[in-house]
Amino acid sequence: MARRSDEVAAVVEVLIPSPLRSYTGGERQVRVALPVLAPESPPTLGGVLAALDGAYHGIRFRMIDEQGKLRPHIRIFVGERDARDLRTPVPQGTTVMIVAALSGG
Amino acid sequence: MAQRKTPARRTTLLVATRKGLWTLTADASRRSFTLGGPQFLGHVLHHAVADPRNRRTWLVAARTGHLGPTVFRSTDRGRNWKEATKPPMFGKSEGRSVNHTFWLTPGHASEPGVWYAGTSPQGLFRSEDDGVTWNGVEGFNRHPSRKAWCGDDKDGTPDGPTLHSILVDPRDPAHMYFGMSSGGVFESVDKGRDWKPLNQGVRADFLPMPDPEYGHDPHCVRLSADPNRLYQQNHCGLYRLDRPATRWTDIGVAMPKAVGSVGLPLVVHPRDPETLWMFPMDSTDVWPRTSPGGKPAVFRSRNGGRTWTRQAKGLPAKQGWWTVKRQAFCADGHDPVGIYFGTTSGEVWGSNDEGASFKALAQHLPLIHAVEAAD
Repeated sequence: MARRSDEVAAVVEVLIPSPLRSYTGGERQVRVALPVLAPESPPTLGGVLAALDGAYHGIRFRMIDEQGKLRPHIRIFVGERDARDLRTPVPQGTTVMIVAALSGG
Repeated sequence: MAQRKTPARRTTLLVATRKGLWTLTADASRRSFTLGGPQFLGHVLHHAVADPRNRRTWLVAARTGHLGPTVFRSTDRGRNWKEATKPPMFGKSEGRSVNHTFWLTPGHASEPGVWYAGTSPQGLFRSEDDGVTWNGVEGFNRHPSRKAWCGDDKDGTPDGPTLHSILVDPRDPAHMYFGMSSGGVFESVDKGRDWKPLNQGVRADFLPMPDPEYGHDPHCVRLSADPNRLYQQNHCGLYRLDRPATRWTDIGVAMPKAVGSVGLPLVVHPRDPETLWMFPMDSTDVWPRTSPGGKPAVFRSRNGGRTWTRQAKGLPAKQGWWTVKRQAFCADGHDPVGIYFGTTSGEVWGSNDEGASFKALAQHLPLIHAVEAAD
């Protein structure tokens, strides 16, 4: 029997900034697993954040508002790319780095 | 400070600041307070409120500089906290985003577990499970006139447009009021399914119309001990409304001209509907919003705003350039009533004798957004 493609899990490493570590039990680096619908269609950043929220409920809304927009002082890098779009693909082996960027008092 | 009747219980004040939560706790005499905290250090807390129905549940409205808005709740008077699993947020189809939850109000005594939240930009939310999950009150959030009432989400006060002063009539959980800066005061008689403006007689001198139906800037609205009587501290003065009338009466005219009648907060006596306190601020020129002349004072009326008395014993006689935010002035339930306020310069001041004298209860805190009595 053929193996269903959505059973193939991608594991993505996510780097967590200190303001969000209350959700990850203090972990700076977590791994989230999510299905790959087809080998030629890697997961998206939106999928990674949904999986992250599944593991650490509430974390996504602190970064992404209810209209799906990145909050003003949050930046997310997919590899070395500054990703502003949740449709950004996350190729296998790429690290997602969340940055909470704020200055001033 | 004077001593008369000894209150039966301790008093706890919840001090919500731009950098976290502190508490001030006193024994029955309220002569000295102990500072506790911080909790949520670094979180921006706009409101921290205790549930008078069970005396155990505390809710805080939080965000941080980086992170989006949420609500934390404690069911053991602040020892342990859990985040709401669904904090106030608009629906995707509404096209709006909550910047922060600004105001929290416990629901009617007959509805334990019900809370209301007001947000910036203006949104109204309700929880029926003690603050764990929140849903929009669609009768307002999706009201066809909402945008006309409030303007664009970018309009509003310097800290963002807000929905505040959510009031539930103690005689009827379906009868509610709220205020919006800007937008005005609104009333619902059907538990929030529909809302109507309630602003007749209130000045809005920043609008071209002489007596607009809405678009006003109430800073703080309070229901007095007589639920037929409301008081309002507005951008354009002080007002009283005795229902079922719908036209507000200007009670700022009796304030000293040199002081004016503008402030942010307003406090009502828990048992006497004729007694209220206001904290005036300088609204001249570019609106410094500090104590007029650098001489901080509270003004009290014992007759529904017909006359006012300056109360400043114990406060700095000069060079006190204070601002007190609209949630940062409160009363406890004791006799005599204790009144307390927090400044944007991080000081908490209190009186255990209804304002006859004040003393500093805490200093050196961050900017204070809210002070609420928990007992």
